[in-house]
Amino acid sequence: MAAALALRKRGHSVTILEREAELGGVPRHCAHSPFGMLEFGRVLFGPAYARRLATEAQAAGVSTLLRHSVTALNAGGRLDLTTPDGVRHLSARRVLLATGARETPRSARLISGDRPIGVITTGTLQHMVNLEGLRPMRRALVVGTELVSFSALLTCRSAGITPVAMVDESPRLVARSVFAAYPRLTGIPLHLGVKIVDIRGAHRVEAVTLQRADGTQFEVACDGVILTGRFTAEASLALASHLEVDPGSGGPVVDQYARCSDPSYFAAGNMLHPVETGGWCFREGRRIGHLIADDLAGRLPGSEGAITLKPGANLRYVLPQRIAFGGPKGFGDIQIRVARPVSSGLVMECAAKALWSRKGAALPERRILAPLAALADAKAGSTIVVRAREG
Amino acid sequence: MTAPYDVAVVGGGVVGCAVARRFTLAGAKTILLEKAPDILAGASKANSALLHTGFDAPAGSLELSCMQEGYAEYLAIRERLNLPLLESGAMVVAWTAEEDAALDQIVALAHSNGVPDVQRISRSEALTREPHLSDRMQAAVAVPREHVIDPWSAPLAYLLQALENGAEARFDSEVTGGSFDGTHWRLETPTGEVTTRAVINCAGLFGDRLEEKLLGQSEFEIRPRKGQFVVFDKAAARYLSSIILPVPTERTKGIVLCPTIFGNLLVGPTAEEQDDRNRAFVVEETLRQLIDRAGEMLPALRDMPVTATYAGLRPASDAKEYRVWSDPARRWITLGGIRSTGLTASLGLAAHALRLHEAFGDAAPTPVAAPVWPRLPNLAQHLERDWQAPDHGEIVCHCEMVTRREIEAALAGPAPARDAGGLKRRTRAGMGRCQGFYCQGRVAQLTKGRFAAPLADGQCNDK
Repeated sequence: MAAALALRKRGHSVTILEREAELGGVPRHCAHSPFGMLEFGRVLFGPAYARRLATEAQAAGVSTLLRHSVTALNAGGRLDLTTPDGVRHLSARRVLLATGARETPRSARLISGDRPIGVITTGTLQHMVNLEGLRPMRRALVVGTELVSFSALLTCRSAGITPVAMVDESPRLVARSVFAAYPRLTGIPLHLGVKIVDIRGAHRVEAVTLQRADGTQFEVACDGVILTGRFTAEASLALASHLEVDPGSGGPVVDQYARCSDPSYFAAGNMLHPVETGGWCFREGRRIGHLIADDLAGRLPGSEGAITLKPGANLRYVLPQRIAFGGPKGFGDIQIRVARPVSSGLVMECAAKALWSRKGAALPERRILAPLAALADAKAGSTIVVRAREG
Repeated sequence: MTAPYDVAVVGGGVVGCAVARRFTLAGAKTILLEKAPDILAGASKANSALLHTGFDAPAGSLELSCMQEGYAEYLAIRERLNLPLLESGAMVVAWTAEEDAALDQIVALAHSNGVPDVQRISRSEALTREPHLSDRMQAAVAVPREHVIDPWSAPLAYLLQALENGAEARFDSEVTGGSFDGTHWRLETPTGEVTTRAVINCAGLFGDRLEEKLLGQSEFEIRPRKGQFVVFDKAAARYLSSIILPVPTERTKGIVLCPTIFGNLLVGPTAEEQDDRNRAFVVEETLRQLIDRAGEMLPALRDMPVTATYAGLRPASDAKEYRVWSDPARRWITLGGIRSTGLTASLGLAAHALRLHEAFGDAAPTPVAAPVWPRLPNLAQHLERDWQAPDHGEIVCHCEMVTRREIEAALAGPAPARDAGGLKRRTRAGMGRCQGFYCQGRVAQLTKGRFAAPLADGQCNDK
């Protein structure tokens, strides 16, 4: 949305393709400000949010095509779609992909056990509760301690679902430790450093077996499991296309202008960095809208001599994955995500020469930034690695 | 009190559905009794969906003849039922010198099994056909007519054809007991008593238990053998077009890597013996091993996202061969121990059962003169589906492109989906990479009040 509005400001014609019946995306997120979430405990979405977006789009002259689902991305900005009027094809000078992120489901997590109904993500939980008024379970095991996991606890409360426990494989809370106050105050048992080793249930979940770090096991009786967080890019279109995809983020490889490996395509939002806050995504989207306009005005450089950025062990991804050489400023920052806690600090280096470093712990799901300016002297075509420091 | 049935088919798996169809079309008054709310609740819900030529079946076995009869009948009837066929072909690939040495025997067995187009191909030919296969492969044998089908629409089609031509099916109807009075069986089920002249045991994982309950003893013992599978994202499909078969061992056909008709790639099954006949649970370590094995065979799979994991329990028995027998005196037929080739053999087993039944010496019934042929909605990725129609309305499941009207149709008709799994198998909804993240809420609303085990239990804040 932000990108569309920025492009309109720059005088370009913009069309939004939305596969659902209304704008807004399915508003799953983990990005409440802590105070807002604790006070309101609600996901703001539904007709009000969608109406607001539709109004803004219309006022700005952005064309929106609802129930238009892109089914394939072809070279040079040509799209295949299915629409209420059948299969269609569309071409644009530039295409911006902003399909967001989703949570990792049970299957991709490779969780052992039967496959009963009742094992769902926060997204499904919130859709059922807030959009359909349905209750998908009565006694929930909440898995994860990210920001969205606490949102799940609140959703349970609002639906009359009892969280029987909150568990995480991580030995420490993934979200900031202040959040542990919520389960403590509401009497929800919090177990850290435990892993699901079995889900049992003939039709619906009946019980879950958890294993502690010391190998001992215990069982939790429940009729549903809410798998929270572990966001991954919703980038199936990119994955199926000619675009290069980063296996770490699950999203398309981009340069500092958010340009994909096919320069007719740009990408923005949580599909690049699952997940960032709504505010971050909006500001980024606006910036990228302007970058696309700059590109249409011929101001962006080609991709010859681009620098490659790679994540080292224990890092999940670095973004952008390419830096085009010799052009105007794009993103100001390199975004870094670690897969596991790194206590020795991070370093960004080119052929063993350190260009930037950061002391102290780096934790998963936290925003870690390095200035792009640190690469000012890097040579064209070089490879930069961001990795954990030794020692 | 209804007139007795000619035949009661016990078990609504792939074999039971095929048998119900065959006997119905032959003019028998047929009832299918299934203990679960829906068909395919047991072994039949989880297999590799391959249509086998029988090239590697035990020579001269009933298994071979049923597979080949089943294969031929599937090809003969599939167009009328609108069942898809993905003509992928297969290659048996040898990864070691030892496996290479076993290939000649495989070719010889194939030829003696009446599959003459099975031939060695050169390593470079194999890699030309499948350029993404690991170059560590050593040798290969082509099996050109080994194909991929829709493993759930086929048995559903068989059942629908049976129902639309006069058969009856009862669900939640486990046969808990019964007795034979010399001419008729009285079977006890939770939904009432069923009187039938003959019983056909297609009870899969419980085929031996059924014999114990009704005959006093069983000729065989089911020893469940679990197979786990991993399904990769549809983005994997472009890296492989044929079925990659392993060189088999004594115990198992081995781990296969193949396309699915829904546009994914799958790897599996394992072969693990267990006592439990109900729990087909997946195990993380095994799933990781399957993923590693897939990556060894096809390196492009190393970073490929996983869409689904599943496991099935094969109704293997205490012997390798099919446990098929009949007793004319008690008007009993068992089609048991169908341990891994049931999908292909099902139509052949049904024809075999009809021949066994003919030997009971009853007056032959009159075959249905002009049978109704139901046309199944197409779920195959390579053929046109409802989302491509101009007036499909609403797409509910975006990952698998399933429309609302497809879901509504699956909840209607003579054999509607009666649980979440049944809906998945009739539509593909919820089977995709997001596993219901985007659509399960909507599916829960569309299926409200329809399932005994609902996706959402009541309204928020209900007591």
